[in-house]
Amino acid sequence: MTNNWVDIKNADVVLVMGGNPAEAHPCGFKWVIEAKIKNKARLIVVDPRFTRTAAVADTFAQIRPGTDIAFLGGVIHYLLEKDKIQHEYVKAYTNAPFLLKEDYQFQEGLFSGYNAEKRSYDKASWGYELDKDGFAKVDMTMQDPRCVLQQMKRHYARYTPEVVEGVTGVKKDLFLKICETIATTAAPDRVMTNLYALGWTQHSVGSQNIRAMAMIQLLLGNMGMPGGGLNALRGHSNIQGLTDLGVMSHLLPGYIGLPTEAEPDLKTFLEKRTPKALRPNQMNFPQNTPKWFISLLKAWYGKAATKENDFGYDWLPKNDKPYDIMAAFELMYQGKMNGYFCQGFNPLASVPDKAKLLDGLSKLKYLVTIDPLPTETSSFWKNVGELNPVDPSKIQTEVFRLPSTCFAEEDGSLTNSGRWLQWHYKGAEPPGEARNDVDIMADLFLRVRALYAKEGGALPEPILNLSWPHLIPSQPKPEEIAREFNGKALADIPDPKDPTKFLAREGEQLATFAHLQADGTTACGNWIYCGSWTQAGNMMGRRDASDPTGLGVTPGWAWNWPVNRRILYNRASADPSGKPWDPKRKYLAWTGTKWAGADVPDMRPDAAPSEGVGPFIMTPEGVARLWAPAMTDGPFPEHYEPFETPLEKNPLSPKEPRALSNPAARVYKGDRERFGTAKEFPYVATTYRLTEHFHFWSKHTRISAVLQPEMFVEIGEGLAKEKGIRQGDQVLVRSKRGQIKAKALITKRIQTLQIQGKSVHTVGIPIHWGFEGLTKAGPLVNTLTPFVGDANIQTPEFKAFLVNVEKA
Amino acid sequence: MALQSLDIKNRSASTSRGPSARSTLEVAKLIDVSRCIGCKACQAACMEWNDLRGEVGVNEGLYTNPRDLDDQTWTLMRFYEEQIEGSLQWLILKDGCLHCSDPGCLKACPAPGAIVQYTNGIVDFHEESCIGCGYCISGCPFNIPRLRKEDAKVYKCTLCSDRVSVGLEPACIKTCPTGALHFGSKEDMLFQAQERLGDLRERGFAKAAVYDPAGVGGTHVVFVLPHGDRPEAYGLPKDPSVAPLVAIWRSGVARALGVITMFSVAVAGILHYMRHGPNQVPGEDGKEA
Repeated sequence: MTNNWVDIKNADVVLVMGGNPAEAHPCGFKWVIEAKIKNKARLIVVDPRFTRTAAVADTFAQIRPGTDIAFLGGVIHYLLEKDKIQHEYVKAYTNAPFLLKEDYQFQEGLFSGYNAEKRSYDKASWGYELDKDGFAKVDMTMQDPRCVLQQMKRHYARYTPEVVEGVTGVKKDLFLKICETIATTAAPDRVMTNLYALGWTQHSVGSQNIRAMAMIQLLLGNMGMPGGGLNALRGHSNIQGLTDLGVMSHLLPGYIGLPTEAEPDLKTFLEKRTPKALRPNQMNFPQNTPKWFISLLKAWYGKAATKENDFGYDWLPKNDKPYDIMAAFELMYQGKMNGYFCQGFNPLASVPDKAKLLDGLSKLKYLVTIDPLPTETSSFWKNVGELNPVDPSKIQTEVFRLPSTCFAEEDGSLTNSGRWLQWHYKGAEPPGEARNDVDIMADLFLRVRALYAKEGGALPEPILNLSWPHLIPSQPKPEEIAREFNGKALADIPDPKDPTKFLAREGEQLATFAHLQADGTTACGNWIYCGSWTQAGNMMGRRDASDPTGLGVTPGWAWNWPVNRRILYNRASADPSGKPWDPKRKYLAWTGTKWAGADVPDMRPDAAPSEGVGPFIMTPEGVARLWAPAMTDGPFPEHYEPFETPLEKNPLSPKEPRALSNPAARVYKGDRERFGTAKEFPYVATTYRLTEHFHFWSKHTRISAVLQPEMFVEIGEGLAKEKGIRQGDQVLVRSKRGQIKAKALITKRIQTLQIQGKSVHTVGIPIHWGFEGLTKAGPLVNTLTPFVGDANIQTPEFKAFLVNVEKA
Repeated sequence: MALQSLDIKNRSASTSRGPSARSTLEVAKLIDVSRCIGCKACQAACMEWNDLRGEVGVNEGLYTNPRDLDDQTWTLMRFYEEQIEGSLQWLILKDGCLHCSDPGCLKACPAPGAIVQYTNGIVDFHEESCIGCGYCISGCPFNIPRLRKEDAKVYKCTLCSDRVSVGLEPACIKTCPTGALHFGSKEDMLFQAQERLGDLRERGFAKAAVYDPAGVGGTHVVFVLPHGDRPEAYGLPKDPSVAPLVAIWRSGVARALGVITMFSVAVAGILHYMRHGPNQVPGEDGKEA
């Protein structure tokens, strides 16, 4: 979230699209209700199904799965055509006035630079036109046909309300009514928030779905505003913490990219990863990357990391290719992976195309699962009839199950969607032989280190040099780890403004990442968490709920990264002169000497408005990007059909077959043949969570099992009638990759849509069942889903694929 | 179970009057349907607090699970899909005992003290006195009490009388994440409910209303219904009342009739004795009989 849960209460309009918070985030949804009751907010829900969120919405529109960009592109078109944008904001705080290169082109769904063979773009033509100093050229009148705003107008001119209706199935009148409500928030004193979740990410165009909404929020001037922003609702209590700490195959802690083979030494790495400002006077905050990165290496390798050995850079792995979860299972499938450690994860249920996964897991030599509960992955070798039709005698994989604790059986911090780090305490002792994850890993590490110490090995340094300063080496304490993330001074750090003072003395916990150094005199395990455990103690354990401004800002409650800032880009809540856009929402203002207000300013505190420092300090432009050349699949979001689509042509680029589905999404050899066609599989399926269950965990608890006992699929009355299916009938749902059986729930909440002149039925498939647990045993839904993901970050396309349905 | 902090106002099948030294506030649960997202947290909390564990059932093509109230399910989220004025509504109602001021169950109950009404308005079943006759079930205009086959006792929501008696809110109220459930004095709850109507009418629910049916003397569970003119769309009876036979059963007329009947039987017995003397035991061979 750019904002946070409590801040939702400040919204005038709440747009829920790509999520279903009443169902998946019922506790956080209280703030939507609060906005409705206290702020008279209007709630709009756009979803493939009439959901529990829709049940309390003011307006609902049913959309065909996988057509969000067509809808949002239509909104952009409406806002630009009707001139419902916040001009001053757009001009000052976005790259709308920036000039693009002359050779940029877009035609029939393809951007310039497309390489069909590699399924990727050469982005040379996507850059800004630069002046002699290397700064981007701008036209502050925004009239130049090559400026971003004009290019955007041209790009989205095709997304008319009629096209939107034909692609998404949302009737023109309803679409325009929603546009009108959204457009009211272009006024400086009206704000819209957007809440989304995996309904947007789990598409082959997932990142671009979110981008499209970000563009709308920028046009309306809603970013950085209380009650505004773009708010990802995370699906686990600590999934934000997971990404923050870089538990992803391409990231290090604090969103620093993992080095690749193209960065063989520290100098090359830092040069490539440290951006140069694209406009004069900008903060370009990532220019501090060397401070963050070298402090990270010092935290990991301690005294072994020296200037002479590039602080241990050579000991970091260098990616040669992607190792995201689908790539990992592809390697397994190809027999190129021997062992797999699976910690707090149930990939057999969470990664697409179960048959392919089973094949891959069966080729492993060993599989280690670390989990509090028996997962289907840990029992993948078990024959459970048609629910898991494997032959155990043919599987040689050795499976180790290490029982771990659950969150309530350990101390530590959880980072919520709003970036709050909240410390929690153990509520119960773990049962049986369960040990907490850290102890398990510490034990493994110490044994592996002993082996390296004894036997040498190919590259012992990364293990032998790892700093392990724990009082009890086999049981690192959560407090010790938290202090390491925060970081400390390894020498006295002089204050550059006053040579008689120090920012921190040797050995002290650091107060802020502003004190990090690139010379090895500070250590910090995660720069964005710097400030969470200072000399004053554990900031995450604070529980002062006072909200002095009434704007839902509680600076004394827990700790918010970065630097306890509750709303990101909050400088943009004030106009260029430093006055709040909305007198009702005085969030931050320039006092004449500094920035002050309800929150920690997202701006250099003494940067006078006259200096023209942009509010989006993390971009080299200093402003937000309506045009984003960093994306893999195009600088503007463009509608592509899902990889399995009921249509033969992309209605927005009918003449270009290569642009039917995302032309830059990765498709492995053999997977295309496992995609189905509308002829064989005529119905659009989408998967989702239910409020009664949490993923594949809560089926192990009796009460949740009673409340939602058995697998079902939701089928609209139209399709049910066509197929002669009655409520409660057993049905067979088939995709190209497999089939499942489930009970039919016939509903009015899924209507038959008219798309490009033909009727399209949607089938809703909840995900929570499996062959372990207390619910009725049921199929893993990933028996059906296709092995393809988002072009940028490979999130699987679980939200739109094709199936057939018949009575079982 | 008697709760010392709650005075009993009425007992089933009893004539003794309740104590009147203390005065208590009438309480109520407010269910604001317009804020309810049907998450079933209340249903889970009810099972947790009251130590209820139903069997894992089957899905019959419904979101409502289990299918109905039962001895292990004292509150149940019911889901209804309705087309109202051209637009689809997914109506979600938390079903359970309404704790009537004029409780049909208590009036129908022939077992002394099996059903009590506290002065704060809670209607509670004391199962140890229940004889399993099921009259309360036919006496309830909302179809709430459920007979447990295993022990032939009837169960329903207690409004967490055990919690309320020590100053806590019912478990469902504590759990509700969206503030759809509130608990307090009935006066306050009605005031809050009325306040919600303004917002709902402004949003287009012109007929939003508070459900506190007069036919049962008002209830201690009141609802804010966005479609207040159509309570039956939510599965609530439009004009509930205690069935006439049940009403007569507990009325003064019935009581007088009972006393007269008993008296007449006694008089007839005495007259019979006076005219015929004691009954003769048949002879040993019984042939005369």
